[in-house]
Amino acid sequence: MSNSLVKNILRFIILMAIQVLVLNSMNLSGYLNPYIYVLFILMLPAKINRSLLLIIAFATGLVIDYFGNTLGLNAAACLVVAFLRPGTINLLFRNYEFGVNEEPGPYSIGFGGFIRYATILVFAHQLVIFYLEVLSISNFFYTLSKVLLSTILSVIVMLIALLLTSKRKKNI
Amino acid sequence: MRNLFALLWKNQFLVLFLLLLGVSLFLLSRSYSYHGSLAYNTTSDLSGGAFSTYSNITDYLSLKAENDLLAEENATLRNVLLSSFLQTDTQYVYRDSLYRYIPTKIVSNTVTKRNNFILVNKGAKHGIEKEMGVISPRGIVGVVVGVSDNYSTIMSMLHQNMRISARIKNSGQLVNVIWDELDYLYGTVIDIPSHIQLKIGDSIITSGNSLIFPEGIMIGEIQSHQIDGNKNLSKATLRYNTDFNSVRHLYIIENLMKTEQDSLINKLSTSNE
Repeated sequence: MSNSLVKNILRFIILMAIQVLVLNSMNLSGYLNPYIYVLFILMLPAKINRSLLLIIAFATGLVIDYFGNTLGLNAAACLVVAFLRPGTINLLFRNYEFGVNEEPGPYSIGFGGFIRYATILVFAHQLVIFYLEVLSISNFFYTLSKVLLSTILSVIVMLIALLLTSKRKKNI
Repeated sequence: MRNLFALLWKNQFLVLFLLLLGVSLFLLSRSYSYHGSLAYNTTSDLSGGAFSTYSNITDYLSLKAENDLLAEENATLRNVLLSSFLQTDTQYVYRDSLYRYIPTKIVSNTVTKRNNFILVNKGAKHGIEKEMGVISPRGIVGVVVGVSDNYSTIMSMLHQNMRISARIKNSGQLVNVIWDELDYLYGTVIDIPSHIQLKIGDSIITSGNSLIFPEGIMIGEIQSHQIDGNKNLSKATLRYNTDFNSVRHLYIIENLMKTEQDSLINKLSTSNE
């Protein structure tokens, strides 16, 4: 139990630091901004209490908002991710039996499965972020293209991060 | 009543989700107006400290470009020194200074969001207050919306609530500048009188009508002008003089006569009622 707790707290701190200090000031091809911190919510244990999941996600979003001066924006997006997560896991991995603290990461559900899982939830996250930020549908397709590209980019960045840390993960 | 609680408990996941979503949307709704942004923002020494440590490390990467820019500005300032003018008038004219410029450095900045903010490393301790104007060596940047002891948050020109009173330099006509281009290089000039035909490269400067910016600060140059025959007022696209993505040093402008001007305006508006 404590092992999993420590791991998640460390992951929270590292992902937050990367997001706030590096990725938030990164603009690939002018306007793309990868969101790696959602990985923290994705990698919480699969069988976590659903209400606890909502509260953790809300707090995570607020921390990001606090540093980005967007109070409420990331919090709302993270809530949507947490709301959709149990259903998505049920839908995609109905046949897989998760252990007590097992994470829905690429080493339990496979890389293909993880990419599908992450893409669905990150897409929902980006959808909320971009449309709430603009709060209009006047540039609907322009915003949608940003959502799609940003989703792809974020998932790729998450995969890279997981691959880079995979060795350590096996030891834990 | 007990049934209601039982129902809520049974659906606690949904109830909690809606409750927290309500809280975040409430917080978010505050940021959709200029005054909301003034009242609710998260400028603090904690977030400022984190960004400032990081920018201390990354600043070295752009030292050369920044030096060039400062040297260029020094040259401009040297041109307006008293000693660089031919002095024929023996009478010394005393002038009260109207504006004070406080130099600051950016510790965090965004340009890709719909609403962008800049965090700088000076705050209330250094005399910075809300609603002071901010410029870069090249031109206008934004307005201070949040202040902590050591840091301030600036709403940059790249924000949907930004609206700056401006002037076309060579005709003196009053216009307004907003940002709806969604590209950090370009802004939009609105409320252009229909008889005015702008040329590419025409300068747009601050009007001096607000108490925030002095008159004549460069905003940008006209990139294109669309004339709509039916309307009285037309729109144009301008290219900002400030490169928001690379700028590092800013000046915050303190209007030393602001209290006096404010009280005069208040007196006028109360006597009109």
